[in-house]
Amino acid sequence: METYTLIVLLLAATIRVATPLLLAAIAGLFSERSGVIALGLEGMMLGAAFASAAVAAVSGSAWLGLVAGIVTAMALALLLAYACVTHRGNQVVAGMAVNIMVAGLGPSLALAWFNLGGQTPQLEGVGQRFLALHWPGAEAARAVPLPGLLYAELLSGHNLVVYFAAVLVPISAWVLFRTRFGLRLRAVGENPSAVDTAGISVARLRYQAVLISGALCGVAGTYLSTAASSGFVRDMTAGKGYLALAALIFGKWKPYPTLGACLLFAFTDALATRLQGVALPLVGVIPVQFILALPYVLTVLLLAGFVGTAVAPKAIGVPYSKEK
Amino acid sequence: MFLLTGAAALVSAKDFLPAIVYDFGGKFDRSFNQSASEGAEKFKRDTGIAFREFEITNAAQREQIMAQSAKRGANIIVAVGFTQASAVEKVAKQFPNVKFTIIDAVVDLPNVQSINFREQESSFLCGMAAALASKTGKIGFVGGMDIPLIRKFALGYVEGAHYVNPGIEVFQNMTGTTPAAWGDPTKGAELAKSQFGRGADVVFHAAGATGIGVMQAAADAGKLSIGCDSNQDYLHPGSVLTSAVKRVDVAVYKAFEDAKNGTWQPGQLVLGLAENGVDYSFDEHNRTVLTPAMKQRLDQARADIVSGKLKVSEYKP
Repeated sequence: METYTLIVLLLAATIRVATPLLLAAIAGLFSERSGVIALGLEGMMLGAAFASAAVAAVSGSAWLGLVAGIVTAMALALLLAYACVTHRGNQVVAGMAVNIMVAGLGPSLALAWFNLGGQTPQLEGVGQRFLALHWPGAEAARAVPLPGLLYAELLSGHNLVVYFAAVLVPISAWVLFRTRFGLRLRAVGENPSAVDTAGISVARLRYQAVLISGALCGVAGTYLSTAASSGFVRDMTAGKGYLALAALIFGKWKPYPTLGACLLFAFTDALATRLQGVALPLVGVIPVQFILALPYVLTVLLLAGFVGTAVAPKAIGVPYSKEK
Repeated sequence: MFLLTGAAALVSAKDFLPAIVYDFGGKFDRSFNQSASEGAEKFKRDTGIAFREFEITNAAQREQIMAQSAKRGANIIVAVGFTQASAVEKVAKQFPNVKFTIIDAVVDLPNVQSINFREQESSFLCGMAAALASKTGKIGFVGGMDIPLIRKFALGYVEGAHYVNPGIEVFQNMTGTTPAAWGDPTKGAELAKSQFGRGADVVFHAAGATGIGVMQAAADAGKLSIGCDSNQDYLHPGSVLTSAVKRVDVAVYKAFEDAKNGTWQPGQLVLGLAENGVDYSFDEHNRTVLTPAMKQRLDQARADIVSGKLKVSEYKP
């Protein structure tokens, strides 16, 4: 029974850790499917994390924070699209530029506005954060042994953003693979000349894709600073944008496999935190260093042996120009 | 890249110029570095002497900043945090006339003062408090970077808990093995939640800014947390049981003042409960959770440790 409880709690933690990864990976999916490398995910998330925490702290409303986070990340996305699509700049350089710019700008603005050394004030008031939602009857269901706990811990008890991320996967799968917009978006990432010949604007489609990517990064950043923790801290994304990119490649640029990759990364991460200092049968206590390296070791192994070749969209990273 | 807030314009008549270099986590981590900053600010208030202060964003800046401050006439440079040891060692050799004070590490040079704390003693008291407050008989510890210093905290905490309740179970987690582990509140919250999931109802953090996430998770879940380095009782009144206070502020103040008065001595200085270098906190914010009965037990143990009757073991890596 206790083992069962631990497993359910482990899965619940997996869901919490996977949420920002999944949002960022789906954001990257839109951008990369349109042919624009999504290296700016980290920066857009961090920018949104800062903006949402700052606005939530000043206004006292997590919802206004969410709006600010989305607007900020979309503004950064617009900048990225302007450089990469309109001016055909190098997408890797532009993405990194956004990441580095935000890493410095966030703490600097926070220092200037709040005088707290690059952090935003702690969010503690009612409504300043997205708190866990408890579904009806969750506490009562806990008494029922197996399915009750599953309901109380796994389905109930997450915040709104987690549920949004969950419905985002089928929605984006539908948009990308079942709508005209999705077909064009994928086409522009494979063969932009053909799309152009058909009389559809390549630039317009790529702008739309990058802006969608920005909006989703905005939600991911808001999750980090106003739901998972209570305020903005320097470099709080801690490489999640890059990890999301890895999950996207791992998931072969498809929504459901990407969801699987995000869940796997999150699971190893959650498992690592729980394996520390626990004596396992036969091997005893495993050193902390090894446990902390586990998610990365697993990633390398899986990428090396089990996934097969991941084929990127053909036109990715190539700026489109009519003249060629 | 670095930050220069304490303007150097205001140099006293005697041209005494102190400088302080903070560690990762930053001046306002509400924990270790903030405590150091409070000591420096107090010195400024008391003496009217301005100081230079620096926050670093990458490891390579430490050496540059220290060398630059020394060149520009700083008399004493306080380096906060063990990660600065190698930088202090290098720069102190280049500038034998400048005084250096390093906190939380030992650098054996004729112009370096090394101040360390017996963190195990305050952690012992916090372990006792946790064991006294726990209803489930299970408590947790979340460390920052996995280094001997943090193991020292953990060991004292476990010993203190077992002193009160030999059968108590203590879960231990480290956030990471790189300096990034000091600034990851999301991970801290996740670690705390995992310990709550296993039945812990009090969690102690020694994790810098990561600990803010630990304490937030405890407040969200209606559990108790124990703060670290600075008095963090005010962060979530009623949810913070106490804090393992490390008087980095006193150390910084003393280093500045001694250097000003000419009484500064190189060598090693170890501050424990007896020297008021470490302590547990009790104020209006945790009065409701730290009951008089608990306080009495803690004060008794405190006196016993100071008198030597109660021995807290030291962590040997």
